[in-house]
Amino acid sequence: MFGFLVRRIVQSVFVMLAVALIAFMMFRFMGDPVNSMVSENASVAEREEVRARLGLDQPLYVQYARFVTRAAQGDFGLSWRNARPVSTLLAERFPATAELVLVAAGLSLVLGIPLGILTALRPRALSTQTLQFISLVGISLPTFVTGILLILTFSVWLGWLPSFGRGTVVDVGWWSTGFLTTTGLKALILPSVMLCLFQLTLIMRLVRAEMMEVLRTDYIKFARARGLSDRAIHFHHALRNTLIPVITIFGLQLGGLIAFAIITETVFQWPGMGALFIQAVSFGDVPVMAAYLVLVSLIFVTINTIVDLLYVVLDPRLRVDGARGAH
Amino acid sequence: MALLTVENLTVTFPSRHGSTNAIENVTIHVEPGEILGMVGESGAGKSMTGAAIIGLLEPPGHISSGEIRLEGERIDNLPPAAMRRIRGRRIGAIFQDPLTSLNPVLTVGDQLIETIRAHLPLTKEAARERAIDWLRRVGIPAPEKRIDTYPHQYSGGMRQRVVIALALCAEPRLIIADEPTTALDVSVQAQIIALLRRLARETGAAVVLVTHDMGVIAETADRVAVMYAGRIVEVGPVAEVLTHPRHPYTAGLMASIPRIGPRPEILPQIEGAMPRPASRPAGCAFAPRCPYRIDRCIAERPALRGTGAAQVSCHLAEEIPV
Repeated sequence: MFGFLVRRIVQSVFVMLAVALIAFMMFRFMGDPVNSMVSENASVAEREEVRARLGLDQPLYVQYARFVTRAAQGDFGLSWRNARPVSTLLAERFPATAELVLVAAGLSLVLGIPLGILTALRPRALSTQTLQFISLVGISLPTFVTGILLILTFSVWLGWLPSFGRGTVVDVGWWSTGFLTTTGLKALILPSVMLCLFQLTLIMRLVRAEMMEVLRTDYIKFARARGLSDRAIHFHHALRNTLIPVITIFGLQLGGLIAFAIITETVFQWPGMGALFIQAVSFGDVPVMAAYLVLVSLIFVTINTIVDLLYVVLDPRLRVDGARGAH
Repeated sequence: MALLTVENLTVTFPSRHGSTNAIENVTIHVEPGEILGMVGESGAGKSMTGAAIIGLLEPPGHISSGEIRLEGERIDNLPPAAMRRIRGRRIGAIFQDPLTSLNPVLTVGDQLIETIRAHLPLTKEAARERAIDWLRRVGIPAPEKRIDTYPHQYSGGMRQRVVIALALCAEPRLIIADEPTTALDVSVQAQIIALLRRLARETGAAVVLVTHDMGVIAETADRVAVMYAGRIVEVGPVAEVLTHPRHPYTAGLMASIPRIGPRPEILPQIEGAMPRPASRPAGCAFAPRCPYRIDRCIAERPALRGTGAAQVSCHLAEEIPV
């Protein structure tokens, strides 16, 4: 188990180095950064002076090494747009995105798993057919369309929920949370519903398919033949086997949620990292883009490592270093 | 009184093209402590008969006529909850493949304790004691340690021992063993059969042993029922049926067992294949493959008849010198 963890961490480090290289290359693709820092009629000597001061005259690998060292310490330099440290900008925006993604992920699990079980246990019921149909719509509609429809229904027509922003936020240390105020919670509802809809339908359909598969296995038949209750069979015997593949997909999709949050944040003017990234793209603010890329990758890699560890907890067959039986 | 009686059992599968009977008019009885072998080729309906007895027919299959009695009480029309209390407690079941019969994510102990506590009013600790005791009885070495391990840490034969422990841990009076050795190595098969026979004798349980292996029947069963195309074609004491088969199908089965000695040019076999449920002939289902066929066999389906222990369904049972 420990060896497995170490192996995974070493792999993760290499993945992050590769991502950092891509982020680093972004600076090159945007043209010579010196051009955008000095005035148009600066002399060659002045340009070289700026170049040397920024370390841009050194070989690429030295620059890359310096980029990685600084990034590892959370230092991504200054934003080109508003000359503030990128790490401060991201730290300000991170709580908004994190809360949105957390609520959306929670919703998709809390609703998706029970609905998947329900539709698997009653494959022919009217409720199942209805849910299957709705989920098909949910999985096919682009999220920005559902977002706009949600705003139209609940903000414009019914006037129940705000159509943009986070409401009132409270600072807990450096973390600004919307969980503690009524307006903050109300503001969370529509964006998180929009964000979770795709994951919700995906998880529901996945749980349903897996559960139906598991219910056909010999060990479920044998459990029935031993007179166990339906409850024990469905939730003790079947559900754990169902959740193993569901966890993989959920882990991958959690990264997807962060990525999709960009669209949700744009639709709802949610002041998160996604909105920051969109601004950075439109202004060509490379340090912010690079830092966003690295941060999101770090979250992806961390989640996947946790998912792999969860596997081992759920599926005893993967505990390779356990004692093998006599054959 | 017989422990189990099955009277004229018919299992029907409805479909869009009309319904078909997977098994028809099956009548068997099992006495306490007896081992009844059921043989026949794949699709003959032996496993289906077992599934009907424990009330686990795959929908849309259902019992369309006949009745099943356990210790005199009808069990074929019980509500699901009552039938669940019978399964495991009064009728145990063992299935073919020990590799897939155990839940991979639960320890052997979890599965045993859960089964014991579903049927017996025991505390967790007492159930664990009983589980360890059962693992010892089925021949698992160091059961105190093995109880907390997972199925994948056992070999195939050991897993089938665990399956037997699971089926027997609430001491049912009747055990339905559906091909319990088919998936195992030949060297392990004999051990499992011996174990099953010993435990049945110790607990006084009767066994319905479903198999296509005549050898297993010969050395294990007290009586044997031969099934063909959803019906019982011959039933009687093992010694009598196997040495003096009166149905041409049983005779054919016995003749197809290869013997050690000079090898014949052609292995003896029964020509043709068993008809599928939907296309069974109106007369005797074996008639198309039968070397002794007469006109009456095609026109009229023979009833199971005979006096005393052995019964056979063949128009020519008295005349054919098999």
